[in-house]
Amino acid sequence: MSAILNDETKKVLTTPLVNDNPITLQVLGICSALAVTSQMSTSLIMALALTLVTAFSSAAISAIRNHIPSSIRIIVQMTIIASLVIVVDQILKAFAYDVSKQLSVFVGLIITNCIVMGRAEGYAMKNPPLESFMDGIGNGLGYSLILIIVAFFRETLGSGKLLGIEVFKLTKDGGWYDPNGLMLLPPSAFFIIGLIIWGVRQWKPSQAEKVEFKILSIAHGEGGHH
Amino acid sequence: MPNKCKHMEKLNATLEQYEQYRKFIIYKDKVLALGNDSLEKTIAIAVSLCLVCAVLVSFAAVALKPLQVDNKAADMKKNILDVAGLLEEGADINAAFSDKIEAKLVDLETGDYVEGINADEYDQRKAAKDPAQSILIPKDKDIAHIRVKAKYAKVFLVKEAGAVKSIILPINGYGLWSTLYGFLSLDADGQTVQSINFYDQQETPGLGGEVVNPNWRALWKGKKVYAESDQPALDKGLIGEADIGEPALSLIKGTVDTTKPGSQYQVDGLAGATLTSTGVTNLVRYWTSNEGFAPYLKKVRTVKGVKS
Repeated sequence: MSAILNDETKKVLTTPLVNDNPITLQVLGICSALAVTSQMSTSLIMALALTLVTAFSSAAISAIRNHIPSSIRIIVQMTIIASLVIVVDQILKAFAYDVSKQLSVFVGLIITNCIVMGRAEGYAMKNPPLESFMDGIGNGLGYSLILIIVAFFRETLGSGKLLGIEVFKLTKDGGWYDPNGLMLLPPSAFFIIGLIIWGVRQWKPSQAEKVEFKILSIAHGEGGHH
Repeated sequence: MPNKCKHMEKLNATLEQYEQYRKFIIYKDKVLALGNDSLEKTIAIAVSLCLVCAVLVSFAAVALKPLQVDNKAADMKKNILDVAGLLEEGADINAAFSDKIEAKLVDLETGDYVEGINADEYDQRKAAKDPAQSILIPKDKDIAHIRVKAKYAKVFLVKEAGAVKSIILPINGYGLWSTLYGFLSLDADGQTVQSINFYDQQETPGLGGEVVNPNWRALWKGKKVYAESDQPALDKGLIGEADIGEPALSLIKGTVDTTKPGSQYQVDGLAGATLTSTGVTNLVRYWTSNEGFAPYLKKVRTVKGVKS
């Protein structure tokens, strides 16, 4: 095991979780993070699907990286990713029909997920297959972590349930909790992800972006030309 | 002698195949040795990548097809059993379905049963997409926004001791984001609702998506589809086919006050999902109107019965 998990693989597996998280630091893959997180079950399947697609597409692209003509490299990456996504979609339809019904188009949209493309272009094109595979797994897990956190808040606050099991009894069923409808709509994920990014950057200030320009105060700025 | 010839032929063929394989290997090495940006290599890589991916994708699609078809069929049966109130946890769906439920095709225009087509194999959703088997709906009548409907609808009858216990009608219509597909189950009188469910919809989870909530669906039980005209006369079969009343069932804003007259035609709307609620009202009204199952239900409700 230690032979496989050398320093580089360990690094690519763990840094995307917090230090280089694809959602909170690179701000990639937001679209699906908004769309599928209203329920925990769909989030988990989506996270699993994305992790597998990222890992295998990175490995495949890395395996042929020395022979990819640079003029068609993006389309080559896309073809590999798209094929894998279709296979995943077919497998879900065959073995997890109910979940595939809920995820509907979002599995197909993994193709355009920026994380998959980002890892293919940014890592797999320059590194050997095994490391690329691990990098895909690591980034998939980083994405999964955020998805699970967001889904946890959205499902509990929005419908009083977690994984479909009742947590808070809703007023319409005679309980005390009046669900927050906003949590069921995609914009709520924006708020939650925003709060997570804020929290992470407070905890690790090095992640905060440098201010690109400063607003001068009027008193000392251009006083006007007479 | 001829035997030897055959052997020679076989050998030659194998040799030729080997020769082609060798040429392929040589060509492969030549291409791989080329500069990555040469035209030949670009095309060769593109073509071979497409071939590999196409094989992978088609293999997955073809190999998994039988499972997917089974899943779809089982899901449909499960929903029909559910709307008929016959779904038991852990029971064999296929056995329960073939045991208790009978599929029949209804000609929507005349309201009579269609013979000569195997109802079990008929796919109404597919038929609606086939111009030869479907009818374009005039715009002014298309309140459910579905544009086309199949000529023949597939209804399901639940029979108990020879008598029809419930009639299950397929319904569909546009909500907010998606076309909702579902079933409406009526008592044998063709008037009282037993249940409704939607097996295919993409409304907002938690808002419009609550059409699948069992608590909300339970509100439909006992509601009446048509405005009552003269029930006793109807029971005696004295009223003509045209007088069974207009479709009256609708979703209202808020909670239905059951003490008020007319509450038997009203169901609670879905909170926070006005457009989905309107869509459900429209699709139920559409499918119970003359465009939908009214001709059929008229025959069910009058003593004449449905011709087959």
